[in-house]
Amino acid sequence: MGTFIQLVVDGLATGSIYAALALAIVLVNQATGLINFAQGGMAVLSAYIAYAFTRLGLPLILAILIAVVVSFLIGAVIERFLIRRFEGGDPDTAVVVTIGLLALVTGICAVRWGYNNLAFPSLFPLTSVEILGAVVSVRSLATTVTIVAIMVALQVLFLRTKLGLALRAVADNPSSAALSGLPVGRLLMVGWGFAASLGAIAGVLVAPQLTLTPGMLDTALVYALAAVILGGLSSPIGCVVAASAIGVLENLAAVYVPLVGHDLKIAVPFVLIFVILVIRPQGLFGRKVVVRV
Amino acid sequence: MTLLELAGVTAYYGPVQVLHGVGLSVPEGGSVGILGANGAGKTTTLRAISGTVRTGGRISFDGHDVRGLRPDQVAVRGVAHVPEGRGTLGQLSVRENLLVGAYLRKDRAAISGDIDYCLDLFPQLQDRIGSRAASLSGGEQQMLAVARAFMAKPKLLLLDEASLGLAPSTSKAVYEAIRRLRVESGIAMVVVEQNANLAFSLVDSATVLETGRNVLTGSAAELKGMDEIRRAYLGG
Repeated sequence: MGTFIQLVVDGLATGSIYAALALAIVLVNQATGLINFAQGGMAVLSAYIAYAFTRLGLPLILAILIAVVVSFLIGAVIERFLIRRFEGGDPDTAVVVTIGLLALVTGICAVRWGYNNLAFPSLFPLTSVEILGAVVSVRSLATTVTIVAIMVALQVLFLRTKLGLALRAVADNPSSAALSGLPVGRLLMVGWGFAASLGAIAGVLVAPQLTLTPGMLDTALVYALAAVILGGLSSPIGCVVAASAIGVLENLAAVYVPLVGHDLKIAVPFVLIFVILVIRPQGLFGRKVVVRV
Repeated sequence: MTLLELAGVTAYYGPVQVLHGVGLSVPEGGSVGILGANGAGKTTTLRAISGTVRTGGRISFDGHDVRGLRPDQVAVRGVAHVPEGRGTLGQLSVRENLLVGAYLRKDRAAISGDIDYCLDLFPQLQDRIGSRAASLSGGEQQMLAVARAFMAKPKLLLLDEASLGLAPSTSKAVYEAIRRLRVESGIAMVVVEQNANLAFSLVDSATVLETGRNVLTGSAAELKGMDEIRRAYLGG
């Protein structure tokens, strides 16, 4: 029983990292209707930026805050000067552009900081507490709580604020939103900025555990995309639930299903995707897109 | 006083010129129709006003030159465009669509009162207030599109083919509500409409376009029943 609880809590913690990336992807998708494959790469860059500031002697929390702000600007600039050129065109082209961006950002990190693993300090204490007989790390718990708090904040932003309404309107139909006076370009920049900030938080939360490398979040991005598809592109809560489920299930499957083991656990979410999409094509929490003429 | 004045307006889709010097004049509180066959440039004239197509010539609104402005900048000055195909925000609820319409307004307190007014104008929307716009019928979507434009409290409403794809009884109901809206709000309108009877029920005057040029302009009373009107509509 103790092992089980430990596996579940650890799974929730890794799941919450996938969730943070998934939230960033959902945010960009809600604001721009696009899937940003570079989200993971941008988050790694953000973590490197935080790392660089800690090397300058800044306290960790300050370095992280600076990285979050700088990431917002990077996200906004990428939207304004790169993605903007492909908006309104074929969405497939824009998606390929984000894949290219992933390669570019990863390359920049590698050129500047190299491929060697760099130690990144943890924001939370490395102690552990006992819950129901299981030893659970404070870091896992705090990471999970942070991500859940961000999820709630995002849900409030989208559903209860004027900015959130405007972002959703622009994502739904930019040219029609402009007719109501919404500054579409500025809102898209804000959406990308928020997503990059969110990615920065994911990056600095996971970096202590994985250690910093340019490809640190490549696997996490795959899981995050799985969570986004499972949870439904339109639902922040859905993708957090899905990401947590993926984190827990891959941990449990690796230990309790001999056939899966640690080598095959990456396949678990995809088997899940396959099964769930056959039953519910809009994802667990997503809304079906109805198009009427 | 003149609210909107177009002179020698040209418009292009890529290299293709669609308008070849269109003129239009709308007095404050007035309602002017744009008539013509398919491809005459009616929709493009509305797009030229709202800034959604590349244009030349002169477009002044409320004493300011608005040609070359972005659509959101034109909207800020008080123009609300109900586009062809309605342009409702499908994944947003009816109420959210109306709130998006009121995006530019600062008078928060008055907004819920105006939503009530819209629901009084289009009672069908009452029961659908929480539904996503995409789940509405064509007629309800058209009503929502008009209501959303009204929520901006514009000085000028651009109305593009509000009857398109609707059953005759539905389009009649939509036009009756728009007529009531016009009387009660005093908003000026530019109306593009294929159905001449519906158009003349809403406009004081009209201009007839043919391949991107004005061929005839006059009061509604003068134009009704003229041969050119029939020709413009039948495309002969």
